[in-house]
Amino acid sequence: MSAALDILSWFCLVAGGAFCAIGALGLVRMPDFYTRMHAASITDTVGAGLMLLGMMLQAGFTLVTVKLVMIGLLLLFASPTATHALAKAALARGLKPLLAAGDDPSKP
Amino acid sequence: MYAAGAIALLVALGLALARAVLGPTVFDRLQAANTIGTLAMLMLAVLGFLTGRPEFLDLALVYGLLNVVGTIAVLKFFRYGDLGNPGEDAEQNT
Amino acid sequence: MLQLASLGIVLYAFWILLSGYFEPFLLGAGAGSALVVVLLARRMKIVDREGHPIQMIAAVVLYWPWLFKEIAKCAWEVSRIILDPRLPISPVLVRFKPSQKSQVGLATHANSITLTPGTITVEAAHNEFLVHGLTRASGAGVIDSEMDRRVTRVEGYR
Repeated sequence: MSAALDILSWFCLVAGGAFCAIGALGLVRMPDFYTRMHAASITDTVGAGLMLLGMMLQAGFTLVTVKLVMIGLLLLFASPTATHALAKAALARGLKPLLAAGDDPSKP
Repeated sequence: MYAAGAIALLVALGLALARAVLGPTVFDRLQAANTIGTLAMLMLAVLGFLTGRPEFLDLALVYGLLNVVGTIAVLKFFRYGDLGNPGEDAEQNT
Repeated sequence: MLQLASLGIVLYAFWILLSGYFEPFLLGAGAGSALVVVLLARRMKIVDREGHPIQMIAAVVLYWPWLFKEIAKCAWEVSRIILDPRLPISPVLVRFKPSQKSQVGLATHANSITLTPGTITVEAAHNEFLVHGLTRASGAGVIDSEMDRRVTRVEGYR
């Protein structure tokens, strides 16, 4: 394997790990449930995606890459569904989100 | 280099575990459990590469599927108190 | 019918790629399993233009690169917010009307919003989305957004 590809995949792995850790840090730092979900979605999308990309670059064109792509697709479709279900259930249960002061930017 | 990724994942797992312990609501804990599931899936994949055994990827795939089903099932239980409930969207979508 | 055939082929390809063995018994077992799942799906009537939207595949694949670029951009912003010692968040709840007509289009739009860090779809109905934004700017950014137009284009693609 060429050195450039190696360096690129290492970069992806380290950056992915860093984003996972940042997302988890946000999970601890954020003040209420709804803002914590935003932090968790960093781990689910960018962190996981970059790590999988780094491993794909190491594996090359093999069955291993196909399985990594499947894991990526599973995350891409399933993680927003779970997040949405969680947020909807929390709101339905009456958990009030912490909102900033100011006018409502909604548009009916 | 996989070791660096694995260490970052372990740090993230520790932080997510802290959130799961701290709570305060059941949804915070569920969100933490979901994140831990994603991180464990990545950890399994990285471990497979670290030890040169790509069979771990199958475990990661199964873990990911179980994680999603588990989160939805626990949510449904806390929402309706019953896993067999069709939910409120059932009649308006038919 | 086209959807059923496509579902069967996708399931069988999934089986073969996961197993990686090419013995006659395992290939036959895979074909049998795929067939049983297709029959069950037909009995449950979940395979139609909404449940297995093969008409959207080409447009969705073209949509993904743009979505990934957007996710990367938003993830960078949210990461900077998390690492900022002052934690400059201003969470908002935003209601707006999406322009998609079909259920699969609405689901694509809602999932895209949730995938983008900084915005989460809390409620998704036919005529109204309720979106939680981490900052005022990210919350206001989902109303009549480019994402809305692009998903509508994906949905309308035939």
